[in-house]
Amino acid sequence: MSMQPGYVTSTTRMRGYAPAADVSVAAPSPRRQSARPLPIAAPRDLRTEPGPIRFIIIALAVTFLSIFVVLPLVVVFAQAFSKGISAYLGALAEPEALAAIRLTLLVAAISVTLNLVFGVIAAWAISKFDFAGKTFLITLIDLPFSVSPVISGLVFVLLFGAQGFFGPWLQAHNVHILFAVPGIALATIFVTFPFVARALIPLMQEQGTLEEEAAISLGASGLQTFFRVTLPNIKWGLLYGVLLCNARAMGEFGAVSVVSGHIRGETNTMPLLVEILYNEYQFVSSFAIASLLAMLALITLVVKTILERRLDEGRVPDGD
Amino acid sequence: MSTAVARRSTLPGFGLTMGLTLTWLSVIILIPLAGLFLKTFELSLDQFWGIISSRRTLNALRISFGLSFAAACVNLVMGTIIVWALVRYRFPGRRLFDAIVDIPFALPTAVAGVALTQLFAQKGWLGAPLAELGIKVAFTPIGIFIAMIFIGIPFVVRTVQPVLIDLDPEIEEAAASLGANRWHTVFRVILPSLIPALLTGFALAFARAIGEYGSVIFIAGNLPNVSEIAPLLIVIRLSEFRYADATAIAVVMLVASFLIIFLINRLQRWAQTRIPAH
Amino acid sequence: MVRRILPLIAGLVWASSAFGADYSLLNVSYDPTRELYADFNKAFAAAYQKQTGKSVEIKQSHGGSGSQARAVIDGLQADIVTLALAYDIDAIAAKGLVAADWQQRLPLNAAPYTSTIVFLVRKGNPKGIKDWDDLIKPGVSVITPNPKTSGGARWNYLAAWGYAQKKYGSADKARKFVADLYQNVPVLDTGARGSTVTFVERGVGDVLLAWENEAFLAQREFGKDKFEIVSPPLSILAEPPVAVVDRVADKKGTRAVAEAYLKYWYSKEGQEIAARNSYRPHDPEIAKEYEKSFAKVELFTIEDVFGGWTKAQKDHFAEGGIFDQIYKN
Repeated sequence: MSMQPGYVTSTTRMRGYAPAADVSVAAPSPRRQSARPLPIAAPRDLRTEPGPIRFIIIALAVTFLSIFVVLPLVVVFAQAFSKGISAYLGALAEPEALAAIRLTLLVAAISVTLNLVFGVIAAWAISKFDFAGKTFLITLIDLPFSVSPVISGLVFVLLFGAQGFFGPWLQAHNVHILFAVPGIALATIFVTFPFVARALIPLMQEQGTLEEEAAISLGASGLQTFFRVTLPNIKWGLLYGVLLCNARAMGEFGAVSVVSGHIRGETNTMPLLVEILYNEYQFVSSFAIASLLAMLALITLVVKTILERRLDEGRVPDGD
Repeated sequence: MSTAVARRSTLPGFGLTMGLTLTWLSVIILIPLAGLFLKTFELSLDQFWGIISSRRTLNALRISFGLSFAAACVNLVMGTIIVWALVRYRFPGRRLFDAIVDIPFALPTAVAGVALTQLFAQKGWLGAPLAELGIKVAFTPIGIFIAMIFIGIPFVVRTVQPVLIDLDPEIEEAAASLGANRWHTVFRVILPSLIPALLTGFALAFARAIGEYGSVIFIAGNLPNVSEIAPLLIVIRLSEFRYADATAIAVVMLVASFLIIFLINRLQRWAQTRIPAH
Repeated sequence: MVRRILPLIAGLVWASSAFGADYSLLNVSYDPTRELYADFNKAFAAAYQKQTGKSVEIKQSHGGSGSQARAVIDGLQADIVTLALAYDIDAIAAKGLVAADWQQRLPLNAAPYTSTIVFLVRKGNPKGIKDWDDLIKPGVSVITPNPKTSGGARWNYLAAWGYAQKKYGSADKARKFVADLYQNVPVLDTGARGSTVTFVERGVGDVLLAWENEAFLAQREFGKDKFEIVSPPLSILAEPPVAVVDRVADKKGTRAVAEAYLKYWYSKEGQEIAARNSYRPHDPEIAKEYEKSFAKVELFTIEDVFGGWTKAQKDHFAEGGIFDQIYKN
């Protein structure tokens, strides 16, 4: 039973949220501020701090977040637009930039699709049945979270490199995995492996098996049951997992850097191109690509917030 | 298991989905990681130990683990303050600040790396005033520390936030009405019940920082023994054709990650046994 | 969902392989040659098309010389390698990808252009750096990349060593000199380009040890009013070599065009491109034409001082070698 960033375990409390559910990764956030408004009048005195302390705490929090989170983001856009809009658009229209965008989209499409299919299958097996070793299985699914991206790339070099375990065979059969799209996709799949499965497991556990059992007993087939009963119930959670999986897939740097080979216009993804352009004194171009990725992050956050609302609405009101 | 099968035998697809799950898991995760361990078996124990205990490796591990630990400590304290402000107070822009806490998670690490470097370099917006004070951030261990703080912020905040929201207000009210002052209530009553979540957030931030590569290498000086992190040393060993060294360091880091996951699991269990007691 | 994604994937795959050249070459090169090969590839493609009627598309990959050699050894499908130093191509040859006699297959030790190591300093040379001895003075901050991963850094290191050995007469003194020099190095980037960015853009350090061509490029990019090039009276002759990766070229059937590509370096046009990009040409005519662009520097070779790359690598940069010892103390 592992508890990776934001992941919710199979044995968590009622609503399926571990006390440590980290919404930033996958667990749909139980934002319940509104559900339980701060007590007013009399209890307020008991449950809050004196004004000056409150002010200091808010000031600390806001300053810290501004310096560490807001400023880096502002720098990206400030640098990207430092030579004007036309320089910015020009940088993005470069063939190399377009090739990187295309490759990034391709790799994300492959890895998100595969992890989506796998995630649903794994979540079905894990949440709808009981079996020995379930927690161990979940731990294995979680593993890529705690592995350094560099190691995630390294393992594929060891397997598929010309000096690696399968290298000679691949060479003999003229199959290129490393330094080509398959290698980049594999490393990305490895890194994004847990996202969809871990977003679905707690949700599907929480929903139980009653509805599915009813459908089956009424004569529906397994697939019909899944598509007609389960899928509508988990669609927001599924989208949530896909969203985060996609964000990570498009942004992965370390693992992809190890397996890419950096062939210009061919195996450079957007994050790799950010580094390359940075090293070519093309700071505007570098930050222009970086700004696209930053926008992706911002859009991800907005959609995530919306999905979290949806998930909250779909939730049974809690009884505690 | 038998009870489970008896209770849930009506749903189809267990064999198929479990088979696919295990196959896919093996192909993507297990075989590659097994390959890593297999590679280190090519080394004798002495060789392995020689690599791990060399000064350069030890320093890289010390830098990665030490600075990650320090950064996680900062995140623990600042994360708690941020959570407190976000959950307990109403101030202009609260919702916005709540949302941006996730940026370090969603922002690609390479982007974070170039942005932080630009910000803290000697000519940067923050680097310039700090240089006036004689503090150099970029290309020193402080730079690594800053990058690690950046990537760790969401982990503490997002693990503690739901727990603080869920905290039963009656406990506080009871403590207060029994005559405890606010200081006492916060430190003796509220914080102790947050401890499992705090520790979990700490461990998550710590684990993430240890393995971090993209955002750190831009801002780190990459000086051997001073500002060279373990993941970078793996990359350097690779480019020196020293696969054995790279894999040995990787195995050590992997084992460390396992231990941290294990610890987090224990914390979770502890948290779950504690909570019903309230 | 899948039904919607599949055509998208198909479209992207098609789009990314939609180039229609007769030949496609991959040239795996080191860090500072980006601009050089951008220029050279264009010229070669045009010349080749004119000569044979066939179109050729050349793809580039750049990175630290050692990392690039590693990638080729691991299976990066390079038809051609153009690295910073012979040792890195030797390492590829040791795995059987390149014939062992690669350096004899082309004129001039297979190094069609050469360079040397110079100092890039800030405007007005505030620390008054004129020669190698100025680099070990206290308070001088020197930027150079990591010799373990960067080819240029190895040339920097060997240039400093060669200078000290020639001036002070012994390997021990040279070692002390180099150790003192690295005391003044605050940051070791993994590649030559990373070091240039550190020095130029981030404003770290008083002097950058750089390839001559890289120093000129930085000056062109950022303006002569910001940086000055100081050529020390004595430096090393850096010979970045080129080779066809036999195993890949034979498999892909690109040997003829790959060889033509490298031979083009030795033509007047090729030499002119090298000179234009601040690499020192061999061709006497071109050299004369560009005489004024390059400072007169007395150059020693790696054979002279170190007995060749294999020995230099083993003595200085191998695990436990002198560089490691310097960093242990």
